[in-house]
Amino acid sequence: MVKPTLVTNVIREHREAAGLTQAELARQIGVTRQTLIAIEQGKYSPTLELAFQIARALSLPLDDIFQYPEN
Amino acid sequence: MAYEERNVWSSLIVSVITMVVYVVLVLQQAGGGPLTSVDWVPLMLWTIGGGIVGVIVLSILWGIITGATGQDGVGTSDIRDRDISRMGSRVEQAFITIAGLGVIVLCAVNAHVFWIANTMFFGFAIAAFVGCIARVIAYRRGLV
Repeated sequence: MVKPTLVTNVIREHREAAGLTQAELARQIGVTRQTLIAIEQGKYSPTLELAFQIARALSLPLDDIFQYPEN
Repeated sequence: MAYEERNVWSSLIVSVITMVVYVVLVLQQAGGGPLTSVDWVPLMLWTIGGGIVGVIVLSILWGIITGATGQDGVGTSDIRDRDISRMGSRVEQAFITIAGLGVIVLCAVNAHVFWIANTMFFGFAIAAFVGCIARVIAYRRGLV
């Protein structure tokens, strides 16, 4: 059983608000569409560098996209 | 399906086929007699060679079909593929180590060279199989 990550994200909401498709955002950050899908679904934790790239592509601060529970 | 995931599936399919084919050929050649009398060297070499060629051919054909149907991700891999590949390699190493220890034990008890060679062969084959299974699970269920 894969241990679920505590990091959650709202990439999909912000991506759709920005009018980007998964393929377009994936191309911008240099990953495959399947990887972006896995990140959006919480099945893959992106590296810090990739997280910054996603935030930059969506023109948002990192904290607005990725959340980590307080406790 | 991502390009690297297709390659993992190709390796998985071919590794199962080659293991089954090898066992069938060895048992056929033994013909009910002792397995140690089988001329296993050419069989093993042909199986290994056939397996390598099989993975390459299947990956290319699958890639051509996927490319022709216009699916994305053809020929590209990224950091997730590398992470999954590393995890699969760690799983493989565990099984190769077990096979290596088995070979040492067989040498220590002066086992027939047939058993020594085949223990190592199946160690590699099972390591590749289990490594592929681990990678496929990571692709399907996630890697966090």
